[in-house]
Amino acid sequence: MTAVVRIEKLTKEYRLESVTVRALRSVSLTVEQGEFVALMGPSGSGKSTLLNQLGCLDRPTNGRYILANEDVSRIDDDRLSEIRSKYLGFIFQSYNLLPQYTVVENIEVPLLYQGCRLNEKTRLRCVQLAQLVGLGDRLDHRPMQLSGGQQQRVAIARSLVNDPHVILADEPTGNLDSRTSDEIMQMLMKLNDAGKTIIMVTHENDIAAWAKRIIRMRDGQIESDEQNVRAEIRHEMSGAFSASLSSLLAEAIR
Amino acid sequence: MRTNLNQFFLLWDKSRRSFVLAVRSLWLHKLRSALSVLGIVIGTGAVITLMAFGEGSMQDALEDIKRQGATNIIVQSVKPPDDSSNQRRTMTLAYGLTHADYAKFKQLDTIVGSVPMRMFKQEIRSLHRMHNGRVVGTTAGYRNVNKIELVDGRFLNDSDDDNIENYVVLGADVAEALFPFQSATGETIMVNGHDFKIIGVLKERTPLSNAGGISEDYNSDIYVPINTCRARWGVAVYIRSSGSRSGEQVELHQITLTISDIDKVRDAGAVIKDNLERDHGYKKDWIVVIPLDRIEEAKRAKDRYMMLLFIIAAISLGVGGIGIMNIMLATVTERTREIGIRRALGAKRADITLQFLIEAIVQTTVGGVIGALIGVGLVFIAPIVSEFVFHKNLPAQLNAQPVIMAMSFAVIVGVTFGLYPAYRASRLDPIEALRHD
Repeated sequence: MTAVVRIEKLTKEYRLESVTVRALRSVSLTVEQGEFVALMGPSGSGKSTLLNQLGCLDRPTNGRYILANEDVSRIDDDRLSEIRSKYLGFIFQSYNLLPQYTVVENIEVPLLYQGCRLNEKTRLRCVQLAQLVGLGDRLDHRPMQLSGGQQQRVAIARSLVNDPHVILADEPTGNLDSRTSDEIMQMLMKLNDAGKTIIMVTHENDIAAWAKRIIRMRDGQIESDEQNVRAEIRHEMSGAFSASLSSLLAEAIR
Repeated sequence: MRTNLNQFFLLWDKSRRSFVLAVRSLWLHKLRSALSVLGIVIGTGAVITLMAFGEGSMQDALEDIKRQGATNIIVQSVKPPDDSSNQRRTMTLAYGLTHADYAKFKQLDTIVGSVPMRMFKQEIRSLHRMHNGRVVGTTAGYRNVNKIELVDGRFLNDSDDDNIENYVVLGADVAEALFPFQSATGETIMVNGHDFKIIGVLKERTPLSNAGGISEDYNSDIYVPINTCRARWGVAVYIRSSGSRSGEQVELHQITLTISDIDKVRDAGAVIKDNLERDHGYKKDWIVVIPLDRIEEAKRAKDRYMMLLFIIAAISLGVGGIGIMNIMLATVTERTREIGIRRALGAKRADITLQFLIEAIVQTTVGGVIGALIGVGLVFIAPIVSEFVFHKNLPAQLNAQPVIMAMSFAVIVGVTFGLYPAYRASRLDPIEALRHD
């Protein structure tokens, strides 16, 4: 197993007027290839800050972050953008699709910023991804015409398009009912089975139960870090989907 | 080289995407977009219309001047201002060009043609009718200098002059007024108690602005040989007006000189001025008009007009640009979340800048094109309306150059005023932007 994500003594401080808020206090964490991690904790515990750090959306005040053997804690803004477009996939609580774009166009967006020319081949790949998440008949719909679950599935397809090292999910089921939540979690689980590393922030125990590893945070520090045996059993039950996904993901675009 | 080309294509892809997106958001907010580009539309349209009308009237003026003849020099008599030193209480006022002047001008070797004219208002009578017209005493050369055409008969010739014939050629209006139902040629009219035989009738002439810039109507003129004029009217002409009799003694009102070569016009003009200054002394009772100078004057006037238009264009497009900037800033705020999403998905700052810049350019270009269409439409419609409603001729000359210029101005405005909002968009913090509602 290789470490995809390694953070060492990561500290993040914000200045709010005269007060300094220490959102992360010397956090160290290693996530290996193929892990499914749930980050839990009450609000203000620093889990979102940690996710932003992991997502290269921000730079730490102190400490090191090594993503895929590259130290990304001290690089400039453009290089950060590049890292995000190449190594990371994002899934948000509020789906965050671009309302003016169709399903396929939304899935294409990361490719464009990755430095990939859009052509028939890339479009076909996006269509395949849309089919994979069960939206083969909604290719030209706009986000407004889709249900929450469908939108989140588009977001999942979008997070896969650049074949990322890590998928970062921020409360992916926060806006969904329990049945749809299950669908989405099934999907994430299958992705994980296909070899994708997933780091997910959630505050719901039910959702965290899908992850193989649960990390609890409090006051900007890691409180507990344990393997989730129940999830392992669940994972063993997924089947054909993983196979088709693996083959698709194997068709690397770069 | 290879990577450069690839980068270029990538930029092209991104631009194309942004362009499609820009058009979609324009379409989505139709009213807002229409209002925001209104300034650009009006600016572009106004500039194109004004340019066309400016160009048209300039062309008109130039043609007017050319009709006077670019190789001509026109010497005119002017009434000197009342001067107490030479105010003799006489009823006749003597001033102006003389036959001696005329004879002298003819001696100059650069002059290939000279036409003297003497003009005064007179009642012109036929058997039953009367017309207030103007008698013009001149020579055969008048016809060539003024490029006039006849509908009937012939113009005066040299032998008419030598023989002091009582012949007359009528202007179109005079012929129409005196002989409405018949051909005037061969008939007789009476002017100042003398009978004149009509030998020709002129075609309708377009009024020509003279040295003072006032349009002169030539259609009420009648033309007699200059020697006949001198013989029948003498040196002084008396005109009755409201009971009192006032008289003028002017030998010649105008001498039109034709110069052999356009390059010699200026020098000849200077020589003529020198001559007149010497011969007329302190009396400034003449004026030398050189149409060639007026052409240059007209060109200078045109340059000033174009400068003015340029300023108007700059101001109105600047105002339009501020409108675009305003709406773009609002758009950036409105779409902060979208910017956050794009940044998270890997967009660089430059990508965001490019996207909003293209959006601004699309807006101003659409505005520019609509403005150009309206402007061109106005150029075609306005003269027709002017003709039918106000009975005024409104010349318009539409060139491709101002249209292209106005439209490229619109694009430049888009870049200039889109830059700051686009820059602001690119500086947004991705995390903050993602959190924005």
